[in-house]
Amino acid sequence: MTLLETRGLSKSFGGLRAVDGVDFSVTAGSLTGIIGPNGAGKTTLFNLISRALPATSGQIVFDGRDVTRLQSHQVARRGMGRTFQATTLFADATTLENVLVGYRQRTTSGLFDAMVRSGRLAREEREAEAAARESLKSADLAQVADRPAKSLTQEQQKRLAMAVALVSRPKMLLLDEPFAGINANQSRGLIALIESIAATGITILLIEHQMQVVMQLCRRIMVLDYGKKIAEGTPQEIRTDPAVLDAYLGGHA
Amino acid sequence: MIAPIVALAIAALVPLVVRNEYYLQILTQAYVFAISACGLNVILGLAGQLSLAHSAFFGIGAYAVALLATKAGVPFWFGLPAGVLLCSAAGYVIGSICLRSRGHYFAIFTLAVGIIIHLVIQKWESLTHGHIGVIGIPGPGPLGPLTFDSSVARSYLALFFLALTVAATARLMRSPIGRTLMAVRESEALAGAVGLDVMAAKRMAFTISVALAGLAGGLFAGFIGFLGPESANVEMTFNTLLYVMVGGMGSLSGPVAGTFIVYGLSQVLAVLQHYQMVIFGLALVLLIRFMPSGLAGAWRSR
Amino acid sequence: MELFAQQVLNGLVTGSVYSLVALGLTLIYGTMHVPNFAHGQLFMLGAYLAYSATRAGLHYWAALVVAVAGVAVIGVALERLVFRPLRHAPHLNSMIAALGIMLFLEAMAQNIWGEEFRHINSPYGGVVSLFGLLVTSHRLVLLAAAAALMGALLFFLTRTVAGSAIRATAQNPEGALLVGIDTSRVAMVTFAISAALAAFAGVLIAPISLVYPSMGVMITLKAFVIVVLGGMGSVPGALIGGYLLAIAESLGGTYLSATYQDLVAFAVLALIFTFKPTGLFREAV
Repeated sequence: MTLLETRGLSKSFGGLRAVDGVDFSVTAGSLTGIIGPNGAGKTTLFNLISRALPATSGQIVFDGRDVTRLQSHQVARRGMGRTFQATTLFADATTLENVLVGYRQRTTSGLFDAMVRSGRLAREEREAEAAARESLKSADLAQVADRPAKSLTQEQQKRLAMAVALVSRPKMLLLDEPFAGINANQSRGLIALIESIAATGITILLIEHQMQVVMQLCRRIMVLDYGKKIAEGTPQEIRTDPAVLDAYLGGHA
Repeated sequence: MIAPIVALAIAALVPLVVRNEYYLQILTQAYVFAISACGLNVILGLAGQLSLAHSAFFGIGAYAVALLATKAGVPFWFGLPAGVLLCSAAGYVIGSICLRSRGHYFAIFTLAVGIIIHLVIQKWESLTHGHIGVIGIPGPGPLGPLTFDSSVARSYLALFFLALTVAATARLMRSPIGRTLMAVRESEALAGAVGLDVMAAKRMAFTISVALAGLAGGLFAGFIGFLGPESANVEMTFNTLLYVMVGGMGSLSGPVAGTFIVYGLSQVLAVLQHYQMVIFGLALVLLIRFMPSGLAGAWRSR
Repeated sequence: MELFAQQVLNGLVTGSVYSLVALGLTLIYGTMHVPNFAHGQLFMLGAYLAYSATRAGLHYWAALVVAVAGVAVIGVALERLVFRPLRHAPHLNSMIAALGIMLFLEAMAQNIWGEEFRHINSPYGGVVSLFGLLVTSHRLVLLAAAAALMGALLFFLTRTVAGSAIRATAQNPEGALLVGIDTSRVAMVTFAISAALAAFAGVLIAPISLVYPSMGVMITLKAFVIVVLGGMGSVPGALIGGYLLAIAESLGGTYLSATYQDLVAFAVLALIFTFKPTGLFREAV
C-alpha cells in the first residue's frame, strides 16, 4: 500500500527551481532513502512533504489524503513525524519535557481542564509521563531525563529528537541526515535503532549522505539532482545507474 | 509553591498593619498593575511574542467600566466582566490578524495597533470625552455582606484578583498548554512538526494576556474613579514591560515582584519621579544586557 | 487645485524629512536586522543639539554640523555598547534594548532641556513664490538640502568601496565576512550614518515645527510605516515611501479629517500587515 505519494511536486524560490516536478511514492512499512549531491533539493523536498514549506505546484498525498494545502501541524497529526538536519530541540526544556511536548497531540485536554485541574487533565498527564519515560528508556536517555536538552551530547540530542518524533506513534518518520557528525561506533548503534523502529511497522524515509549506511539500511533509494528525480530503485540498481554516477562524479560535487 | 503562599499571607496582613490611606492606595495600584504585568508575561514570557499593544487593552477595559457606568448606569460588577469579555473578543480578532506576522513585524504591528486604539480613545470625543476623560466612575458596589468603599476593602479586592491571576497562570504554566507555549517560544518549526497548532497557541496566549489587561483596567477605573486617555498609551505598555523584565519574564512571580519593586520604588521615592523614565530606560537596557532573566533568573542560578 | 498643489508641496517638504529618517532606519535594519525603536530619539537629539549650538551663538549650518557629528557619535556609542553585544542574543532582546534606549534618551532630553517647546530660527526668512504657490524660503532650502544629502548617500552606497561593503553586508552577512569585509566596522559606520541622517532631518525641520522631547516617538513610528511600505532594508523604498506617506497624510488631513491625520500612518501600516504579514516586500537592499 502506498503511504506517501508526490505528483509533479515543485518548489521555486524566485528563479531557482529547488524541487522540480518530483513524482515518487513510498510503500507503507518500507525503509526508503533519498540521496543526491549537495544542493539537490533533498531537505527542501522534506520541507514540502512535512508542509513546513508551501509547494509552488504539484500534489502530496499522504495516507490516502491530499495534504498539499494543509499546515505542518495538521499533517503531523495525520501521522507524519520528522527530524531536522540541524538537530532541533526545545533547548532550555528538560529531556523529559521535550518528549512530553511530542506526546501532546495524543491528548485532548484544553484551557478549561488546565484551569480547573480536571480529572481528564490529571489522567492524561499521568499517561503522558508514562509514555514519555517509556520512550526515554527505549532511547537510552532515562538517566538524563531532567537535564536541559541543550546540555546533552550531540549524539544524545539526536536520539532525543527521534524520541520526540516517535512518541506520537507516527505512521511515517522523516529523518534528515541522522548520521551527520556521527562516528563509526555510534553509527552501528544508530543503524540498529533505525532498524528496530522500522521493525515496529513505522515507514521510514531517510535523507543521508553516507553511502554505506544508505545502501545497508534502505530497500529502495531515490536520487535527486538539481531538484529532479534522476533515478529510483534498489541499492544495487542505484549503484550501477549511469545517471547517478554522472551526477556524483561528473561536473559538480 | 511555598513562596507565593507565604507572600500572599504577608500581603493579606499588610492592610491590617498599614493604616495610611496613601500607602494603601499605592498598594492597591501595585496589585492592579501586577495583574496587567502577569498578562503581558503570558504573551511575552510564555509565548515569546513582544506585544506592544498591551496597555491599549488596559485602556479598553478601563473605559468599558467607566463608560458603561457613567453613560448607561451599568454597575461595576457587570461592567468589569463586560470589559474583560470585550477585550477578549477584540484580542481574539486582533490576535488572529497580528499574529500572522512574526518577530519584529509583530512588535511593530502591535505598536501601531496600540497607538491606533489610544488615538481613537483620545479623539473620539463624543464617546470618551477625549482629553477631558471620564469622571465620577462609581466603584465596586456591595456583594452580599461585603462592601468595597474603604481603601482596605479595595486593597483586599485587588489582592484577591491578583491571587486568582497568579493561580491561573500557575495552572496554565504547569499544564500541557503551558508546555505548548514553551515549545512555540523555543522553536515554532519543531512545534509545528510535532503537531502543535502554533497560531492557535499564540492566539490563546494573546487573548488571555489582553483579558488580564482588561481586568486590570476595569479595576483601575473602579478604584480611581476617573480616567483619561493616557491609561491606554504606549508609555504604560513600556512601564509594564519593565515590571516584567525586572522580575523575570516567563517566571510565575517575576511580574508581580517586578511591579512591586519598580512601581513601588517610583512612588515611594519622590525624587525618582522626576528622573523616573531616565532610570527606567537605563534599567531596561542594563537588564536585557546583563540580566535578561531578571530577578527570577538570578534567583534560579544562585 | 491650488489647495491640492499646496498640500502636495507640504507633503514634499515633510516627506523629505520622513525619507531621511526612514533611510537611516532601513540601513540599520538591512545590515543589523534590529528594528531600532530609538531611532526617532536621534532625530530629536539632532534638533536639540542644534538648538543649544545656536543658543551658544553658532550659525544655523554650523549648528547642524555640530548636531550631526554629536548624534553620530551617540549612534556609534549605542552600537558598540548595546547592540553589538546583543547581536547573538534572541532578537527579542535587541528590541527590548532599543525600547529602553528610547525611553532613556527621551527622558534625558526632557531633563536637560525641559518640557517646553523650543524654537530654532532659520537664517532663511521670507516667502517665495513657486509656480504660483507660496512657500517659505526655509522650506525650499530644506527640499534642496535633503535632496543633496540623499544624492550624496546614494553616491556613497553605489560608488564607493565602503558603501558597497554596507550593501554587501546587508545582502549576505556571512558572505561579506568570507570575502573579508569587516562586518564590525560596517555595523559601526552604518549606525553612524543612520544617526547622522536622523539628526540632519531633525535640524532641517526644527525651524518649521518646534523642538520638544516627544517629537522622536512619532517620527520613529512613521519611519517604521515607511520602511514596512518600502521594504526593510530597501533604500529606494524608504526614499519613495517617505514622500508618499507625507503626501498621503497631508491630503488626508486636508480632505478627510484633520483630527485623525496622525492615524493615517498607523492605519496604513495596520492595513499592509493585515494583508501581507511580512510587509510589502521581502527584505532587500
